[in-house]
Amino acid sequence: MASLIRRESSGSVVRSCSVTSVMEQPSSPPLNAAPAVETVYRHTVPARISHWLNAACLFVLIMSGLQIFNAHPALYWGDRSDRDKPLLSIRPMRADNGEIRGVTTVLGYRFDTTGVLGYSDGRGRAFPAWSTIPGPQWLAMGRRWHLFFAWVFVVNGLLFMAYSLFTRHFTRDLWPTKRDVRNVGRAVKDHLVLRRPKGDEAKHYNVLQKLAYLAVIFGLAPLIVLTGLAMSPMVDAAFPWLVTSLGGRQAARTLHFLACFSFVAFIMIHVFQVVLTGFANNIRSMVTGWFEIKREGAAHES
Amino acid sequence: MNPKHEVKRRQFLKGALGATGVIALAGCDNLTQSDWFPELLSQAEKLTELAQRAVTPAGAMAKEYSEADISAVFPANGNIDPGTQDYADRAREEFARWEVRIDGRVEAPTAFSIGALKDMPARTQITRHDCVEGWSAIGKWTGVPLADLMRQVRPLSSARYAVFHCADIDDQGIAYYESIAVQDLYHPQTILAYELNGKPLDVPHGAPFRLRLERQLGYKHAKYVERIELVESLGRIAGGKGGYWEDQGYEWYAGI
Repeated sequence: MASLIRRESSGSVVRSCSVTSVMEQPSSPPLNAAPAVETVYRHTVPARISHWLNAACLFVLIMSGLQIFNAHPALYWGDRSDRDKPLLSIRPMRADNGEIRGVTTVLGYRFDTTGVLGYSDGRGRAFPAWSTIPGPQWLAMGRRWHLFFAWVFVVNGLLFMAYSLFTRHFTRDLWPTKRDVRNVGRAVKDHLVLRRPKGDEAKHYNVLQKLAYLAVIFGLAPLIVLTGLAMSPMVDAAFPWLVTSLGGRQAARTLHFLACFSFVAFIMIHVFQVVLTGFANNIRSMVTGWFEIKREGAAHES
Repeated sequence: MNPKHEVKRRQFLKGALGATGVIALAGCDNLTQSDWFPELLSQAEKLTELAQRAVTPAGAMAKEYSEADISAVFPANGNIDPGTQDYADRAREEFARWEVRIDGRVEAPTAFSIGALKDMPARTQITRHDCVEGWSAIGKWTGVPLADLMRQVRPLSSARYAVFHCADIDDQGIAYYESIAVQDLYHPQTILAYELNGKPLDVPHGAPFRLRLERQLGYKHAKYVERIELVESLGRIAGGKGGYWEDQGYEWYAGI
């Protein structure tokens, strides 16, 4: 049953290979008796729930965050927002010919981003309607979505942390082994040529994957929560060192924005890898827990 | 490897991911339009207030800055002129007849004249104003601590909120008001300000009196204050949510 799913899901590659192996069978010794596909239990129930909750939270938080950003589409450093000195701004501007253009200014460099940033669908707005929750300009509603799902994100993240410490998920599955560290160069090369892991190799996360997950769990996620909290005047009164150490309230807002786009980059690479390394198999493993690995011997690609 | 297959598969995946996004977005907009979902989302506000108040000592102070940190331009937001004839008349005589009435659930309702308020001991603080839109400006505010005024009017134990009634009326005829928790009246930095950066408040910034509530967002800092009413509940005032902006969907607790 399992091998059937595997063959259908991965298309022509495996099917043509299995034909070869059938043809070869009379001459090859019966050590290929091991099943062509091995099914391993990869993701536990708590990990899967946490993953999909996280996916939903990030979807909402990013898009409602862009809605909130649109209310004052400029970023600064320090505590104040001196409007003549933004690091970044996204604004509609009237061109010499009277036409309204969307202009994005980054560190003094201006880019015409009409249609997406600054001016889209006949309206002056920083991020376009298709990228925000809710779609229309509506700060109060954007904040409701954002501040609700921020709680879900934080509670889910803390539960995942506690679970992973308790079950040694971090040390067992995510912490790079000595062998990982030795082979980091090869892992980089494999990624550059988009070589997929095979056999036993595919049972574990590779070293770059481990480092990426660790960076997100222990770096990016805490950073985005702390920079978010540092924008709260009440939190700043309770823990003044937080906003000070981040460089000021407007700096915290800028870092929050950068952390957001780091998440966007992570998600894009993550989804790309999910598609590249067997979309159906990956999705199934994150839904049911079961991940299929093709045995080297039986259905070898070469 | 069959390249045709591969292209088809790629298109399918792209389509599937795109469709998922579109469906999720449409779903979100449907939820936004419903009655129950924004109501559910708003429950987070209570959790936020509970958590923030639990970790913040009642007397924890908002950071105070030095003169050098003051913003060159302090933006004026929201209503920048009450726009009524009455207010314009009173502005012309430099608010000489302005009074701030404190009443409702207090033992001694009192109307304070502008002279009486300015004769009281004042507090000056250089603080950061955080607007809900995302910007921040630093200004030097001088005014009367609300705690001193409360000592004179003596709130009843049933008073839970202080409602600030303001002189501004928006273009739809809705009067501006705002409310805060009674406990926040006693915070040392909660003042009825009448000076900004050493000069009398101008009209865009809320002359002659505006609230400063330094640990919450800017929209709580009511301008043009003419009456402070202590109440037990907010339900029967205007939209019932405790403020002009709250009635339009903003959180009553604006600590974040």
